[in-house]
Amino acid sequence: MLIYGVALLSACLLIGMAVGETIGLAIGVEANVGGVGIAMLLLVLASNSDKFRTLTEGKAGAGISFWSAMYIPIVIAMAARQNVAAASEGGMLALTAGVAAVAISFALVPILSRIGNKAKRSVE
Amino acid sequence: MGLLETVFVRNNLIVAFAAVGAVMWVSYFVADKLTKGRIHGSAIAIALGLIAAYFGGIVTGGDKGVADLTLLGGIGLMGGGMLRDFAIVSTAFGVQLSELKKAGVAGVVSIFAGVLVSFIVGALVAVIFGYTDPVAITTIGAGAVTYIVGPVTGEAIGASGDVITLSVAAGLIKSILVMIGTPLVAKSIGLNNPQSAMVFGGLMGTTSGVAAGLAATDPKLVPYGAMTATFYTGVGCLLGPSLLFLAVSIIFQ
Repeated sequence: MLIYGVALLSACLLIGMAVGETIGLAIGVEANVGGVGIAMLLLVLASNSDKFRTLTEGKAGAGISFWSAMYIPIVIAMAARQNVAAASEGGMLALTAGVAAVAISFALVPILSRIGNKAKRSVE
Repeated sequence: MGLLETVFVRNNLIVAFAAVGAVMWVSYFVADKLTKGRIHGSAIAIALGLIAAYFGGIVTGGDKGVADLTLLGGIGLMGGGMLRDFAIVSTAFGVQLSELKKAGVAGVVSIFAGVLVSFIVGALVAVIFGYTDPVAITTIGAGAVTYIVGPVTGEAIGASGDVITLSVAAGLIKSILVMIGTPLVAKSIGLNNPQSAMVFGGLMGTTSGVAAGLAATDPKLVPYGAMTATFYTGVGCLLGPSLLFLAVSIIFQ
């Protein structure tokens, strides 16, 4: 049943969000801490486990794959509802801060990826 | 108005599906024929979405881009947090646990490094533009982390409304730049495997920026980047009004 996969996906998101909210409350932060990430971990665990096979195989799996295929259209809709006008009204300060933060973060990607690889090799 | 109201406005989510589908068809056609596949179709579609959002905001004066136009109200639901998070989680389907473990440490390090670096850069820019008040410097620095961390921090430490607005603008620019810039720099920063995608998500942190940027680069990398990115805003909200504000206060007393 297709809905089994969709229901599993929904359960993962709801549990993840609830855990994320609880972590936020526990450390006194007004934000959901990693709710989506935790939900993704739950889905990875479920799809790698035999116990949940009826919820992830065949038609049920197609229910999850459908939403995964809707990801790009949803992201395009997300882009179309950003407050681009406000971003353009922030002036030079906002522009400089945004551009500089992105440029330096981009530059750090290869450096941190390398650190990760080294650490892994020394462990192995 | 009668027909428009009954058919299009009441079924606005369906209108959104049709509209996004049409935009994607045009974008993929252009990507294929005019750029010969050098630019990803979804990158063009995302850019078109952002341009439409700009004009939507100018015309309506609202803060939800094109979704403030009555006819395209469904874009607000389709591209809103609920369906976005649902679709992001679904991309984790089929991910191998071993791939996640490989980049686990680098992923966690990148989240903290990302928050710190963006904050310091934002705070420095605020100082260069003449701010000396630690509350304003911290808030603008937090805005460079993400457009959620900015106002959360600003409100917690009592920043003024215009400083908070600036911090949101800085965060929005960051998010938009990540959406557009990622496919352009992907090759030169080695963004082509799950590990570097996890580091990338942790460093950039803006969920919408990472989600769109990776979608336009290589959809297979989306789950890895999104996984770390979703912890970033929480870490930013934790550090901004506490440790980072303390550090800035000590420097700018």
